[in-house]
Amino acid sequence: MPETTADRQGGGRGPAGEATCAVDACGCSHAHHHHGEVMSRPRASLPLDSAALLSARGVGLARSGRTILEGVDIDLHDGEIVTLIGPNGAGKTSLVRVLLGLERADTGEINRRRDLVVGYAPQRFDIDAALPMTVERFLRLGIAANRADVAAALAEVGASRVIDSQLASLSGGEAQRMVLARALLRRPNLLVLDEPVRGVDYAGEAELYTLIGRLRGERGFGVLLVSHDLHVVMGASDRVVCLNRHVCCSGVPRVVAKDPEYERLFGSDAARAFAVYEHHHDHAHDLAGETVATVPAGSQPAASETHDRIEQ
Amino acid sequence: MIEPFLLRALAAAIGLALLAAPLGSLVVWSRMAYFGETMAQASLLGVALSLALGQSLTLSVLAVAIIAALLILLLGEQRLLPLDSVLGLMHHGSLAAGVIATAALAGPSVDLLGYLFGDIFAVTEADLYWIYGGGAVVLGVLWLVWQPLLRLAVHHELAVAEGVPARRVKAVFMVLLATTIAIAIKILGILLVIAFLIVPAAAARPFATTPERMVAIAAGIAVAGVLVGLEISARSDAPGGPAIVLVLAILALVSLLAASTGLRRRS
Repeated sequence: MPETTADRQGGGRGPAGEATCAVDACGCSHAHHHHGEVMSRPRASLPLDSAALLSARGVGLARSGRTILEGVDIDLHDGEIVTLIGPNGAGKTSLVRVLLGLERADTGEINRRRDLVVGYAPQRFDIDAALPMTVERFLRLGIAANRADVAAALAEVGASRVIDSQLASLSGGEAQRMVLARALLRRPNLLVLDEPVRGVDYAGEAELYTLIGRLRGERGFGVLLVSHDLHVVMGASDRVVCLNRHVCCSGVPRVVAKDPEYERLFGSDAARAFAVYEHHHDHAHDLAGETVATVPAGSQPAASETHDRIEQ
Repeated sequence: MIEPFLLRALAAAIGLALLAAPLGSLVVWSRMAYFGETMAQASLLGVALSLALGQSLTLSVLAVAIIAALLILLLGEQRLLPLDSVLGLMHHGSLAAGVIATAALAGPSVDLLGYLFGDIFAVTEADLYWIYGGGAVVLGVLWLVWQPLLRLAVHHELAVAEGVPARRVKAVFMVLLATTIAIAIKILGILLVIAFLIVPAAAARPFATTPERMVAIAAGIAVAGVLVGLEISARSDAPGGPAIVLVLAILALVSLLAASTGLRRRS
């Protein structure tokens, strides 16, 4: 607790009330660093993990003088579901873009295993209506798949009926499922899904995560999910990486939550720490998904405002 | 018996129509109409260059169009101004520079209108070789990069994340576009060449369900526009290039109006 408090006050990571992630208590995190002294960082000495599908060390990114990412280390392995959580503006999508090679990091190094095949579902999939194309055609574009393969992939994601639809006519939820089907058709060993539940209703959301978990079991691919919703994270991931420009923590939330030794291992700090994270909503969930009291009243004046921001 | 000059005009315009359909469709899909317009207008500097060096007009325009494309790409990297403002600046700046340079080099008697609107009835046999020979090369290369270009047009980031070499593919497309502009400029002029590319594609969109069908319909519409436009021009003495583009624009307007009223009725 003292460490957490000190960190929040002394971090100097932005204005008071800004989303601050203080979850070092989950035990697998590194210290916070803010000045980019690469050599002095405690974990900078860890080499890239060459067995990982994708391994990154010390990733830093700045745009227009603003730090977006700082000293980020992350490894993605076969068969593991890793969820990247963090408040809006924490740099989650930027990190994904850097990992996928869509954006070049200013500092750090990234290793992509030779056999890496990425199936990617971007956060937004807006189709320009000027381009006429059916879903089937798009799902076969650059992929060795026949109509039966496409139909099977669409059935898997519950979007069978759109196979002959024009891309531009899809709803947001249909487009998300369709793009997930394309990602699966590529036979990836790493599936990267950026906020995959946008435009999907709550039941659809649970279904989607169940599907991803099942396919991971069947095919053994690694998964990187991006979410701003901690509730969803709890049920779906093997490992959670909490990002707020730097990696605040990474841990195994579901296992931790159900483990009776949880308290003994991590103390009450971890639960409280998640509550610290969660208080950016106007409510919080404990690790079993139950609503718990947030930090004392008055300490979070902007709660309702941030609630709108996060629950959009 | 059709006069030889009319026959050459017809052959040139039909060749350009077939070349314009796939390139124009890609310009529409990738939202590059203004980009192409800027490349075309910068080409007046290519005209000046060919006057100054006594070199081939087509090659000079090709060189200047490619340089203009590179400059646009470079300026597009800065984040202070949106790309359309940058293009507007270049588009008018290069047109002004081109007019001044052409006038300075060729004297006040220069046929500026000929460069701006082209002269379809002055097509020579050499022009036809350029259109059909150069055009065949352009279409051949385009066929090779067709699939990655489509993937980039659907979703740029997804295509890049999946490993499409976006920079290389786009560079190839830009060279193809510059070549097309260079081939077409003598016939359609720097002000009409992009219209000849994108208007048939726009007219074809409401009737198309696949990218290739849109290209085929655009080609058909462009050929029809050429035939009707040249007929009007031959009967009324209207200039050929503008007559063709006007016919195409009317076809596109009717097509889009029909599509939007059709949509309203359905919904």
